[in-house]
Amino acid sequence: MLDEASISALLLTLKLALLSTSILLVISTPFAWWLTQTKWRWKGVIEAMVALPLVLPPTVLGFYLLLALGPNGPIGSLLAAMGVGSLNFTFSGLVIGSVIYSMPFVVQPLQHAFSQTDRRQMDAAATLGASSWDRFFSIAVPQAKRGYLTASVLGFAHTLGEFGVVLMIGGNIPDETRVVSIAIYDHVESMEYSQAHYLSGTLLCLSFVMLLITYLSQQKVKPS
Amino acid sequence: MSSNEFDSVEKILRVDVTLKRNDFTLQANFCSPAKGITAIYGPSGCGKTTLLRAIAGLEKDVLGSIQFGDVDWIHSRLPTHKRNVGYVFQRSHLFSHLDVRKNLLYGVKRTKENKRRIAFDDAVSLLGMEKLIDKSVGILSGGERQRVAIARALLSGPELLLLDEPMAALDHQSKSEILPYLEKLHQAFSIPMLYVSHATDEIARLADFIVLMENGKTYKHGPLLETVADINSPLAEQANAFSILEGRCESNNVTGIGANPGTPKPKVLLTSINVDGNRFRIPFAPLDGKNIVRLRIVAKDVSICLDRPLRTSILNVLESTIVEIKDNEVKGQSVVKLTVGNQFLLARISLYSKQQLSLVVGDVVFAQIKAVALVR
Repeated sequence: MLDEASISALLLTLKLALLSTSILLVISTPFAWWLTQTKWRWKGVIEAMVALPLVLPPTVLGFYLLLALGPNGPIGSLLAAMGVGSLNFTFSGLVIGSVIYSMPFVVQPLQHAFSQTDRRQMDAAATLGASSWDRFFSIAVPQAKRGYLTASVLGFAHTLGEFGVVLMIGGNIPDETRVVSIAIYDHVESMEYSQAHYLSGTLLCLSFVMLLITYLSQQKVKPS
Repeated sequence: MSSNEFDSVEKILRVDVTLKRNDFTLQANFCSPAKGITAIYGPSGCGKTTLLRAIAGLEKDVLGSIQFGDVDWIHSRLPTHKRNVGYVFQRSHLFSHLDVRKNLLYGVKRTKENKRRIAFDDAVSLLGMEKLIDKSVGILSGGERQRVAIARALLSGPELLLLDEPMAALDHQSKSEILPYLEKLHQAFSIPMLYVSHATDEIARLADFIVLMENGKTYKHGPLLETVADINSPLAEQANAFSILEGRCESNNVTGIGANPGTPKPKVLLTSINVDGNRFRIPFAPLDGKNIVRLRIVAKDVSICLDRPLRTSILNVLESTIVEIKDNEVKGQSVVKLTVGNQFLLARISLYSKQQLSLVVGDVVFAQIKAVALVR
């Protein structure tokens, strides 16, 4: 069975994925809405930047994050000025990395869902006394329910599988940055195949079940 | 009602707005009274819906003023949700993620208790929705959706109800299902309503006042009967020009003569309507004489004789005085305005006939009316 170190790696991974997904949902909601509403001509630049993690090798992303978070990097020096130490090789640093790394998987489903918002139902809500905030939370968000489900699952599952970014900015500190993917790599390196099997199997099942639930539920609520 | 009376009626809404959209300009200037239905009438695409949306605050860059009561909605930059209007859209736009009850409650929740005009249960029964209340909106028929939309708007306690062709998207069956509810609304509430439509039958039935529009501009407004009988408005030139007369049912229904001896009661064939002392006879309708009824008469169904025609199949022949004549040389037509008591009737005849009969204002003639539609 899973040994203590593996369980701790698994818990750390789940904590990282849960936290990153929650942060992503909160910041992506206004961001995705803005993307669907704005008529700004350079909006494409922002969209391209958000989509970068889809195509970029995670090590590239991790490399730049390492530099940015380092003592001489823009974020690192800013944090240092505020009296906070470097975030490299810390859990907080991993959260920041995951948020950036998984952002397109949350923003894009939400953006797609919001683009389906029925303008006319929003108008009807306005005539019934709902302010723009009220309309957003009472019409746009509930109607984007499926987008939220997809965004949560993809964001969560994608963070679970994160490797390159962690390797670059997190390293391999037990209980701090040693996530499942790193632990598996370690086990294989040291020929502990059974532990690698258990962890890989757990991750495989977890990811599959989550995706399965998403796709099945999408099918069920498809409009007739 | 004469125009002097209209001028003295309290006006709740005064609109004077301009709105530019690419190659379209809306220019509307009218006022409407604090009570009753004001129809906004014009051909499709003339800007009626845009005007209504501008009044609701759903259009951007509207210039001018919309004075409602003491407040200028444009000047005070009042957003839609603070204008206290109810809006019934052509295609309902019910909230697809909520069931009927939650759709209805959406506006109720956002209305202060002292501003609510109708109790939830009353609205449900007024619009006959008892059986729909727990259904999902996706399975409703067009007519049902529109009833929910009307109730939803009413329940938000509006001070002005805006109806954008609420029946245009419905089939004939659903239309006749909705109309009685709209009439009930008219009778049960004193909420002023703006009713956009391009259907003359709906307007003849529902409206008290009318605003005429064409190519993005309003060109005339006033009490319905008088305005549609105005010979100088483009409406009188249209193929479907019509006039509306109001009267009351007389009790002496005409029964068939020589009915089968076997049947105990002869069948009732006609109903008489008294319009300012003139009797109109129409196919039998079950009326009780309590309410004022409306007759719509299309101008091309009225012909003019100098002598009283005898032995004719036409039921309605009235002795009447010509008050105005307008010739259209291009079409070779004349529109003649005739008196019916204190009300007016339009007749459209050929310019040739008019010259042949040498009709002039003040002549007493006989109007032969081929078709009379009871609209209300």
